[in-house]
Amino acid sequence: MEVFIQQLINGLSLGSIYALIALGYTMVYGIIRLINFAHGDVYMVGAYVGFFATTQGWGFLPSLIISMVVCAILGVVIERLAYKPLRSAPKIAVLITAIGVSFFLENGGVLAVGAKIRTFPNVFQEVQYHFFNGTVVITNRQIVIMVVTVLLMLLLQYIVHYTKTGKAMRAVSHDTQAAMLMGINVDNTISATFAIGSSLAAAAGVLVGIYYNAINPYMGIMPGLKAFVAAVVGGIGVIPGAFVGGLSLGVIEALVSGYGQSLYRDAVAFALLIIILIVKPSGLFGSNVREKV
Amino acid sequence: MKKLVSVPNLLVAAVLLLFYGLIRFGLEEGFVDDYYKLNLFLICINIILATSLNIINGMTGQFSIGHAGFMAMGAYGSAIMTMKLGYPFPVGILVGALAAALAGILVGMPTLRLKGDYLAIATLGFGEIIRVIILNIEYVGGAAGLNGISQYTTWDWLFFLTVATVLIIKNFMTSTHGRACIAIRENEIAAETMGIDITRYKVIAFTMGAFFAGIAGSLHAHYFYTIQPTTFGFMKSFDILVFVVLGGLGSLTGSVISAIGLTILSAFLQEYAELRMVIYSLLLVVVMLVRPQGLMGTAEFSFAGMRRLYERLTGKGRGAGNDTAVG
Repeated sequence: MEVFIQQLINGLSLGSIYALIALGYTMVYGIIRLINFAHGDVYMVGAYVGFFATTQGWGFLPSLIISMVVCAILGVVIERLAYKPLRSAPKIAVLITAIGVSFFLENGGVLAVGAKIRTFPNVFQEVQYHFFNGTVVITNRQIVIMVVTVLLMLLLQYIVHYTKTGKAMRAVSHDTQAAMLMGINVDNTISATFAIGSSLAAAAGVLVGIYYNAINPYMGIMPGLKAFVAAVVGGIGVIPGAFVGGLSLGVIEALVSGYGQSLYRDAVAFALLIIILIVKPSGLFGSNVREKV
Repeated sequence: MKKLVSVPNLLVAAVLLLFYGLIRFGLEEGFVDDYYKLNLFLICINIILATSLNIINGMTGQFSIGHAGFMAMGAYGSAIMTMKLGYPFPVGILVGALAAALAGILVGMPTLRLKGDYLAIATLGFGEIIRVIILNIEYVGGAAGLNGISQYTTWDWLFFLTVATVLIIKNFMTSTHGRACIAIRENEIAAETMGIDITRYKVIAFTMGAFFAGIAGSLHAHYFYTIQPTTFGFMKSFDILVFVVLGGLGSLTGSVISAIGLTILSAFLQEYAELRMVIYSLLLVVVMLVRPQGLMGTAEFSFAGMRRLYERLTGKGRGAGNDTAVG
């Protein structure tokens, strides 16, 4: 039982990170139907910006905000340069471009900052809280991760449901042509989506740096794929779905590791994906859309 | 029905045989040193991989990005046969290819309900699952992989298997079954309405693609002495996908050309290890931006096409230079 609760806590903090990245995937997919493979690398860039900010002596919150702003700009630049010219091209060409951008960020990162693993500065002195006679441990870092994730999630819900940009995003996602006819600036809306998604990934990057204390230029690959799995599990295009998908993926992975099968962790994540896709292709929260002839 | 023995066919066969003989002579006399040999072998393996993925992605339009998983099945299957059980190399190749084909059926069947991006991500997941399972089997060395595989892959094996693969796939493409696959690519619903058994052809495409990827895997394992699960990660799958997409989805010639071109490019850039992947990725993005349908689109190399091109560019005399592209 203690193992279960402990892994639940670990899983929820890991899952929060997946959820933050998954939100970016789901928003971008929802609006332009593109699996943005470069998203995981934006998360990596976010971690590095956070790293450089904290080593300059900045506090946690300023570093987080700087990282989010830098990555928001990066997201928009990527969209404008690489994806926008291909909006009417075959889908696979856009996907390959996304993979190309992903390679570029990874290897550009290696070129710029070196391939070695960097140790993230200790922003928070680790404090452990013990429960159940010390068998279950929760650290202040885990609490920060979960709190920041929930706050960003609420902020996102506010933006999507109560602001003009959010309304435009929902409209474009629903029907791009109609949205255009209604006078919505589709290009700007897509850029805004990339900016918001990328800044969330950046936040996840900074949080992961604080949590694991180590970052490297290739750190975005696996979490990026896992986050996409989370987005699909939750129903791609559905924002609460990405959140739930991310958390459940994190919890499942932590449980698999906790019960001694850590080598199968990645396989379990992908097996879950395949089962979900076969049983309910639209994801847990997605509605089934039938293809019209 | 075209004749088997025709002037173009004989010409292609002659050029291929000449090429084979020259390289063979070069290898024996030592003109072709190890560096060239390595890249030549890589080119052949990549051609098999690219054309085999082209059956699934290009011809049938099923977006699969887990091809390295099939390659891994072939590599491990054949290595177990030759190394652990002591069977001869041909048996190894066959078993490796069949193991991969079986994996192809297993992947093809359940994912048939999926389309487009969902299929892509599911195949990616399958590829990763195959890799993680291999990683956890002690019998095949776990993360350390299998070492000390005999180097059975010779130029003879490589050349004839590459030519055979391209030939078989080309013939499949122009057969009734291949046309059915192309119909599915163009419009699945319309193809179904016309009475094409979509399920059957999708499974056939997956199985065939996996089979040839298995052959490539066997050749790879028996050339490099050693195989590790990390070799067959999704980076490898992406590499293969890039060959296909850059060459043009649905164009066999394109796959061959881009497999050759990109292997040479990456060999050339090896000297600038740091910059290599950056240049490679930029090139990828730029080509996609300039020519999203791939270098060849869906066009194939043919002598008639060459003549038309020549007539259009009258007098310019821009030679073809890709005779080896068609088997």
